[in-house]
Amino acid sequence: MSAAVPTPSGYFDCRDSFANVIETLAEADPRIVTVVSDSVGSSKLTGFRKKFPERMVNVGIAEQVLVAVGAGLANGGKVPFVSAASCFLTGRALEQVKADVAYSNVNVKLIGQSSGVAYGELGPTHHSIEDMAWLRPLSNLTVIVPSDPWETAEAVRFAARHEGPVFIRVSRMPVPALERKNPVFTVGKAEVLREGGDIAIIANGVMVHRALAAAAALAGEGIEARVVNMSSINPLDEEAILAAAKTGAVVTAEEHSVRGGLGGAVAEVLATHRPVPMSILGFPGFVPTGSAEWLLEHFGLTPAGIAEAARRTLARKAQ
Amino acid sequence: MQTNDLVSAIRAKALWIRRRSFQMVYEAQQGHPGGDFSAADILATLYFGVLRFDPTRPNDPARDRFVMSKGHCTGAFYSVLAAAGYFPEAELSTYMLPLSRLNGHPNRNYLPGVETNTGPLGHGLPVATGIAIAGQIDGADFRTFVLTGDGELQEGSNWEAALTAAHRKLENLTLIIDRNRLQQGARTEETASLDPLDDKWRAFGWHVEIVDGHDHARLLDILSVSPKGRGKPLCVIANTFKGKGVSFMHDNVAWHHGVPNKEQYEQAMAELV
Repeated sequence: MSAAVPTPSGYFDCRDSFANVIETLAEADPRIVTVVSDSVGSSKLTGFRKKFPERMVNVGIAEQVLVAVGAGLANGGKVPFVSAASCFLTGRALEQVKADVAYSNVNVKLIGQSSGVAYGELGPTHHSIEDMAWLRPLSNLTVIVPSDPWETAEAVRFAARHEGPVFIRVSRMPVPALERKNPVFTVGKAEVLREGGDIAIIANGVMVHRALAAAAALAGEGIEARVVNMSSINPLDEEAILAAAKTGAVVTAEEHSVRGGLGGAVAEVLATHRPVPMSILGFPGFVPTGSAEWLLEHFGLTPAGIAEAARRTLARKAQ
Repeated sequence: MQTNDLVSAIRAKALWIRRRSFQMVYEAQQGHPGGDFSAADILATLYFGVLRFDPTRPNDPARDRFVMSKGHCTGAFYSVLAAAGYFPEAELSTYMLPLSRLNGHPNRNYLPGVETNTGPLGHGLPVATGIAIAGQIDGADFRTFVLTGDGELQEGSNWEAALTAAHRKLENLTLIIDRNRLQQGARTEETASLDPLDDKWRAFGWHVEIVDGHDHARLLDILSVSPKGRGKPLCVIANTFKGKGVSFMHDNVAWHHGVPNKEQYEQAMAELV
């Protein structure tokens, strides 16, 4: 796998949040098991394996049976957390996710690890920038893209207590813990992290802290940008999207293809109910070789890139 | 019940499944009657001789599980579920009608007795493997059975599950292969050959039994043996004929999803006695 990048001070690898919470939850709930496809280390589950060796099912490098075994374990009364690299968990096992988990509507928790372009130089085979487009149309499946360690932990706790299928997209790209005045995690409710009336930036995952930095920069120019953390993709907080559109302009930012992800979801709502000038930031398709950070920079998924998109979108609003 | 009486009862149920499922296919003018007929004896043996279940408690954690991997053969599957008491027999006449619970492929959220939604091939064995692992972790007593077609073994997902089930020594798991040698378009051996099928399963670490899939007494014998101590999952290769029971459908690929006209329906019903 890719060379380990040290996590900068004050930044966190959200996989650690997943691992810590799942170990704690498993102590209290004997139904919780983990299912992996030779993905113990990359899922940060070595601690879980040590504590609960009999409650980890490792099927080997076999994603179809990985997901299907999760569905079977749920049938047998377990609460399985199926954890593997998001690119393989979703792309390789998509029909199992659709038929065995979502359509069968069973109590399986899918943890898509190292999503987006986190695998950087390993290239598009290992990137997962299509997963939201694949999963978003699946009925019954709750889809969450947490923004930081706190939200990752909350999403995992939600998944454990929710009866039904859940997908959580966990990044390995270091992110800071976001400051929240009143931290409440509610699936299906977007979080307004910054108020502003000129434009709204809707982001999720590793793009949220970048969106906040962009808004701070824009404020210096007299542009007040609202920042919305849209971590819940299914169900989608349409009300929050329509409220954001009241600013008259919307920018979305996601570590995903520009087709079919958060931007697509927001565009569907706006085009149907309240069309406003909009920009969708993400990757145009398969990306060239580069580190994860370099790729974000190259495709403008940075505070500066988001701010620039906001200015361009604001200009269209004035027309 | 004496074994002879039990086998007679199973035989009667199998005949009923064939007649009822063919009526469903005739009325709906859709379905997969050839595979319904190859599986009818296996299903009747399972539900009336082997499985431990209470249709009034379909989610009983202690129930034996049956996974219908060949989910297209809902004529036979829904018939056996109705006969087993999971829902009223009269409902079979809604097969594939708008808003019916009896979709072309089974949905557990509509119908009690369905363990997982199948239809795409190669899904049943992997899910059944997960159910068996849950039982193994808990040291539970229930057994898990799965019925696949033979053509569907061309799906690689089955072989992923074959590795996992053998690796974990899932003796509580039984795979039954409806080996009718015909897939949708042609014979399996002309399409992507499976033989020697028994050697394949043995090489994967399974215990293999080969049986006439229309011989209720033999099926009952093999499926009733306690798996305890076997240390391996069991693969039963049930040699069958597509369209078994009706002369013009027998071993005829055209009846994979062929539907009968009035004359054919009446002739089949005259033969199914």
